[in-house]
Amino acid sequence: MNFMPVILWSDALVFVLLATGITTAWYVRQREHLLLPWRRVARGSVAMVSLLVLSLFLLVGLLDTLHYRVALPEQNNSGTAYSPEVLSVFDKLVEPLRVQTEKTYSGPFAITLYAKESITDAQGNALRDYPRLRYGGAHLTDESQRDGDVLWRAIKGVALGVISVIVFIVLAGWAKRSLPTRVEHAPVGGRVSCTPHTLHSLLAAVLIIAAFTGAVANLATAYHVLGTDKVGQDVLYLSLKSIRTGLIIGTVTTLVTLPLALFLGVAAGYFRGWVDDVIQYIYTVLSSVPSVLLIAAAVLIMQVTIDTHPEWFDTAASRADLRLVFLCLILGVTSWTGLCRLLRGETLKLREMEYIQAAQSFGVSSLRILTRHIVPNVMHITLIALVMDFSALVLAEAVLSYVGVGVDPSMISFGTMINAARLEMGREPMVWWALAAAFGFMLVLVLAANLFADAVRDAFDPRLNRTE
Amino acid sequence: MIAYIIRRILYAIPILIGVNLLTFALFFVVNTPDDMARMQLGIKRVTPEAIEKWKQQRGYDKPLLVNSAASGADKITDTIFWQKSASMFAFDFGYSDDGRSIGREITTRMGPSLAIALPTFLIGLVVYVSFALLMTLFRATALDIAGVALCVLLMSISGLFYIIGGQFVVSKLWHLVPISGYNGGASAFKFVALPILIGMIGGIGSSSRWYRTIFLEEIGKDYVRTARAKGLSELRVLFSHVLKNAMIPILTGVVVVIPLLFMGSLLTESFFGIPGLGSYTIDAINAQDFSVVRAMVFLGSALYIAGLILTDISYTVVDPRVRLS
Repeated sequence: MNFMPVILWSDALVFVLLATGITTAWYVRQREHLLLPWRRVARGSVAMVSLLVLSLFLLVGLLDTLHYRVALPEQNNSGTAYSPEVLSVFDKLVEPLRVQTEKTYSGPFAITLYAKESITDAQGNALRDYPRLRYGGAHLTDESQRDGDVLWRAIKGVALGVISVIVFIVLAGWAKRSLPTRVEHAPVGGRVSCTPHTLHSLLAAVLIIAAFTGAVANLATAYHVLGTDKVGQDVLYLSLKSIRTGLIIGTVTTLVTLPLALFLGVAAGYFRGWVDDVIQYIYTVLSSVPSVLLIAAAVLIMQVTIDTHPEWFDTAASRADLRLVFLCLILGVTSWTGLCRLLRGETLKLREMEYIQAAQSFGVSSLRILTRHIVPNVMHITLIALVMDFSALVLAEAVLSYVGVGVDPSMISFGTMINAARLEMGREPMVWWALAAAFGFMLVLVLAANLFADAVRDAFDPRLNRTE
Repeated sequence: MIAYIIRRILYAIPILIGVNLLTFALFFVVNTPDDMARMQLGIKRVTPEAIEKWKQQRGYDKPLLVNSAASGADKITDTIFWQKSASMFAFDFGYSDDGRSIGREITTRMGPSLAIALPTFLIGLVVYVSFALLMTLFRATALDIAGVALCVLLMSISGLFYIIGGQFVVSKLWHLVPISGYNGGASAFKFVALPILIGMIGGIGSSSRWYRTIFLEEIGKDYVRTARAKGLSELRVLFSHVLKNAMIPILTGVVVVIPLLFMGSLLTESFFGIPGLGSYTIDAINAQDFSVVRAMVFLGSALYIAGLILTDISYTVVDPRVRLS
């Protein structure tokens, strides 16, 4: 099948972030003093388990970032035309989930629609009943078989997940042993970063996640595990797609926050005088506007610009994507002030230290002092603040989308899911599954991020006394 | 003291001018009145005459900064900047798109907003501090760990969940209070009880954890050791020494939000149908009523700056070590 890779704006930014992340990791690996706090992080079992969960989310998000457009069947030799629908590798992987849409709402594991409809049975009699779903449980002849089938499929899925993990671990161990052993350097004091306890909890977490994923994956081939929404889309698919949006809001915003806060904060603290006055003025003005209102104002204005320039976008996805990138930009502009203030304060303290004064008296240029001496010494504050911000941003997305100034309504996100589902709470019986799925996924993501952020803060905070 | 307060207020003026210029730039330069008109009237079928009429009705048909057609002081005053932006310093917010006076709307809607926000703030403060004190008292025990874990869990739940879940359980299942609506006077209680409760629960995670950190920081200080060495009981140390000293960072941290209570809460008010400033803002955003959004931006930052000034003053009031310079 012919396809054309598509790189949306947000994809490009994710790739930039990814490259930065890998470069930083490589840089840190080379330097033991930078690696030390990370070893402390690696020792905590809660931190490692949350990191595992986060990396799974990240994997889904990354797969969902590789976009392409499928070529349409050629028509009267007018050259290859591409479908207006932008798909991702993740869409391809879970294609059944995406394609198998029902007519409207149906509950989790349901085999019939949520509401009664007039249908004609085999004899041609019109009657009102719950129509069967097109895909959910289509292999069953009637409702009574369902519970047994669900249980059986779940057990098979669990077994499959657990077995594949065990096989993988055994293979990895075998491969490691059979490889020609390198001459290992004698471990420097405290090289061991993962304690046995951490390793055990990590293994347990991997097994549990594998079993759970296996069961859900196996069930999802025959049922809508989390039901379907108003237009019959699978809620599990929507939730998984929302992950990318949440992650992008949480991470791409960093690309705006970090340079602004770092550059301005350090400059204000180091140069003082009028530079400090100007920078302080800027961040006081920005932080004095309630952030929701500033975001609302900026998004409303961007909406006008987008609406008046439809020719900029070749697909609906690229339009929604630009709005997402712009939202990240605005969130970045409203959220750098706190970090900037922290960095300014820290730099004010640092510039009075002896080693800075020594550098100054040696005639080292300001730029060099800033890059060699100040910035490395405030990086821990920056890192802690950015990791802490992540979960707040993911939560903010849902609120902003509810207010109507979040992501594009056509973009799948936790906020748009909640927004679409909240009006259905009044129905009888209640349509609860879409809300539950969105909140559940968001809780897992944010909880993992919070726990990991705590571990990072504990490991990097120099105020905590440690005996090592 | 009075000279200090006056100086602080004078410092606030350049910041308000900055906010004013920022909103002016956002709403009139980046996005011209023509764009606004086109958006309000619909992109497709819009004639230049319709745009002109729309602008004239709302007074957007003037030059932005300098009116070269006018004479004298009118050169400056007969412009969009003067009439729409600079006038906000006199708290003259003009009219919304449906022709109502924004200033009047703000004064009538402040009451319901405060009826929710003030009790939430006060009850919340008491509950958060008590919970944090409890965790501090049982520090490094299973109870403390469970408390912190609970805080992290509560922090990780979306605020929307508390509102939707609370409405569902309390109003729909138990039928204790109406789902939404508002009424003045004594009958207001049944309408505000649930929003207050939910607002309080929503903040418990982050606030209690933060206060616990403050208490723990205080408890490691020398005066606490001295108090214990004197033979005071742990409870006594906690309540009469640690609590008093920890109240300095806590109070100065919360004072900044007090003026912002007037603005109400966007989410709570719109979910519960409270006719306050929060729902006013949301409605304006949804209706793309730029003049209301502009007014709320200015009001919000003015209140925030008032909060900053109050914070500085409260430092000097609660902490005798701080001297005015």
